[in-house]
Amino acid sequence: MKRLLAVLFCSLALGGFAQAAIDTYEFSSEAERQRFRQLTSELRCPKCQNQNIADSDAPIAMDLRREIHRMLESGRSDDQIVEHLVDRYGDFVRYKPPVELRTLLLWYGPWVLLGGGLLTLAVIVVRRRRVENAPHNALLSAEEQERLSQLLDKKDP
Amino acid sequence: MRRALLLIPLAIFLVVAGFLYKGLFLDPRDIGTTMIGKPLPAFSLPSLENPERTLGTADFVPGEPALVNVWATWCPTCRAEHEMLNRLAEQGVAVYGINYKDSGDAARRWLNELGNPYRLNVEDPRGELGFDLGVYGAPETFLIDRDGIIRHKYVGAIDERVWRQQLAPLYQELLEQ
Repeated sequence: MKRLLAVLFCSLALGGFAQAAIDTYEFSSEAERQRFRQLTSELRCPKCQNQNIADSDAPIAMDLRREIHRMLESGRSDDQIVEHLVDRYGDFVRYKPPVELRTLLLWYGPWVLLGGGLLTLAVIVVRRRRVENAPHNALLSAEEQERLSQLLDKKDP
Repeated sequence: MRRALLLIPLAIFLVVAGFLYKGLFLDPRDIGTTMIGKPLPAFSLPSLENPERTLGTADFVPGEPALVNVWATWCPTCRAEHEMLNRLAEQGVAVYGINYKDSGDAARRWLNELGNPYRLNVEDPRGELGFDLGVYGAPETFLIDRDGIIRHKYVGAIDERVWRQQLAPLYQELLEQ
């Protein structure tokens, strides 16, 4: 167990180093550095399957970091920067796709499923409760009642 | 009525399975392009063959449909593709090149060795034109019409099959327009 923990700790520490090995940029303010970090972690690298621009070592990710830095320094807003990239690479680069007709299912599908599930659950609970609370003779029709007493009579003369 | 309700889970399962089945045949590396229907972006870059000379967008619009090929000497797939480009150029297809994030010397050597299918080549050492074209690797090839409007993009090496199945019909259509 102790050994496992040690291995785990080492790999975590290495992970930290690997992430820190990223090219350096100078920023005119701390706020800008924060925005750069935010943007590069929210945008997806077009070349790699599932890495953001901040973490990727692909040459294209380096170019995009440089481009984002340049745009930040020239005073563009976050929205403008994202738009600039989406114009060229499409919605693929956004980890957070815009809400539009094409993405409605993506955004609201899970809520619809959750709602459907809750509704089904509610219906089942209400029905059960109704059955449990009903007086016993209300559960059977007159015909069934008669048949029941016949059966009972036979069994227990 | 109750029977019908029992079919709902099956229906949900079938819909999800349908989506997942389709997903099996999608290429995750194909991220599409936003460039179709747009003109070639404006650029002003040095010619590869003659670095003194600066080429612009107008130089890539010859008044006939053309291929604009993004290539580099660091890209092994480009080497595999090169022979095909030579053949296309021989058949009279206009091919223009963007030497993407590469060294000019290495690129000129490559063209001397392997032949030069390109009418013109620009050097894009920092990938700026590539960025404006939404390029994320090499080789990538754009098919442009006689007015320089991008009509199609192909990511990966063009070979005989790709040309015949995807590009040639479009190229022919553009020629006849």
